[in-house]
Amino acid sequence: MTFTRKALCGVAALAMSTGAGFAEPVDDTLVLNEEQTLVTRTTAPAHLEGVLSEIISGWHFRGTETRAMQTDDFDNPGMIFVEQAEEVWNTADGTEGKSCASCHEGSETMAGVRPVYPKWNEAAGEVRTLEMQINDCRENQMGAEPWKYTGGDMVNMTALISSVSRGMPVNVAIDGPAQSTWEKGKELYYTRTGQLELSCSNCHEDNYGNMIRADHLSQGQINGFPVYRLKNTRLNSAHDRFKGCIRDTRAETYAPGSDAFVALELYVASRGNGLSVEGPSVRN
Amino acid sequence: MDVTRRNAMFMGAGALVAFGLPLRATTADIEAITAFTGGAEMADTGVTLTAPEIAENGNTVPIEVSSPGASEIMVLALGNPTPSVATFGFGALAASHAASTRIRLAGTQDVVAIAKLEDGSFAKATSTVKVTIGGCGG
Amino acid sequence: MAKGVKPRVKVPKTAAAGSAVTLKTLISHKMESGQRKDDDGNTIPRSIINRFTCDFNGQNVVDVKLEPAISTNPFFEFEALVPEAGEFTFTWYDDDGSVYETSKKIAIG
Repeated sequence: MTFTRKALCGVAALAMSTGAGFAEPVDDTLVLNEEQTLVTRTTAPAHLEGVLSEIISGWHFRGTETRAMQTDDFDNPGMIFVEQAEEVWNTADGTEGKSCASCHEGSETMAGVRPVYPKWNEAAGEVRTLEMQINDCRENQMGAEPWKYTGGDMVNMTALISSVSRGMPVNVAIDGPAQSTWEKGKELYYTRTGQLELSCSNCHEDNYGNMIRADHLSQGQINGFPVYRLKNTRLNSAHDRFKGCIRDTRAETYAPGSDAFVALELYVASRGNGLSVEGPSVRN
Repeated sequence: MDVTRRNAMFMGAGALVAFGLPLRATTADIEAITAFTGGAEMADTGVTLTAPEIAENGNTVPIEVSSPGASEIMVLALGNPTPSVATFGFGALAASHAASTRIRLAGTQDVVAIAKLEDGSFAKATSTVKVTIGGCGG
Repeated sequence: MAKGVKPRVKVPKTAAAGSAVTLKTLISHKMESGQRKDDDGNTIPRSIINRFTCDFNGQNVVDVKLEPAISTNPFFEFEALVPEAGEFTFTWYDDDGSVYETSKKIAIG
């Protein structure tokens, strides 16, 4: 089932009746540290044909000051947490006396990892998120306790691993053994939930660019995750955002790390195939 | 009459209508300003306050103050529970008497910068910042 | 000492003698305002950094008094004159009595 942008959902109609309306995504270029230009708008991947022609990073939907904060690693408060994770990367933990660096050497060797996750893991026979892979390392390589899926240590580590891939295009595989998980994620994306009966697509496909109260609706791309939010002044994982969105439809949400959210993450990530990895990005 | 949360909100709204937007200076604001200026008159030029017209979230609002002749610049947020935000003192090696920081604003309100100039006079600049309330969980 | 406090500063490595340089500082700190309540409705006590200073070779650049309205992870950007080679010293003063200090050298070139 698909909806066209003209078929405005109730929320958008309400927003329009109260005087708010459509605002174009801001025409701007994201240059990181005055040296690296990131791809924040590009042609939509083939699987979105007939749905979206262009994919746009959430960066374009934010205000001038918020966008500026992401352009410099010093100004980006998310980088504080990247630095904290760098220390953890080099610190031994668990019964094996190993750190991440014991096997992987410097964190820069993780370049290219973020863009392809979630990814099919042949040995485990499942699609795995970065978080699942990190906890696999902790439990089976380091003999350490797994981290809470959306806890501080975990989200900081995913920020470190994302940061070394910034500028690389998101490129998750949606065919082969990952396909059935991807299909499941797609189904969830278009399923209306909660008392408000809203699906992801109602806001982020049909109505991006419109205002939902004072928020400028984005396409809901996750290339910028984890995200430093001005609201809670810490890093936020994609699954926490999914949870927040579903809660806002007034539904019981799935749990972070659940099969449903893993599938949804793969599908949503695939809608951003071609956008640069931005994490840790800055949003409101 | 019991002051419930709802009533308090209505009373607050009524007060806004009565006095007009934005919020007027309260006693706490006046005390903070008087402590800094000694009650002196403040000129309308001599200090610049740069703040966004609309802040996406009141928790982190970037501002910049600048006053070439200032020894100190005080920043106040008149609608916050406590109005004082920061006071910048410039030393001998300050190249420009300007600084940027990020501040918390409890809601839409006036932000004020008051510069204490080296000749002993004062200057004031005001900027209204609208603080939006998000649609998706704030 | 509050948990997880780490100062970061951005200082150019070199500057022309007598020129101005832009400095940026960021320190990870909750800046608990004293206005918030915990889940049981008790006010969480104020715990902030209340003063920040930057000096160069013992001479002051800026001296800032911070109030609870400064955002989490306090950020400052300002300009300093560099008359000669030397060292910037950055100092943050916590409500709990802790003092966090870091320094950065700058050469003339």
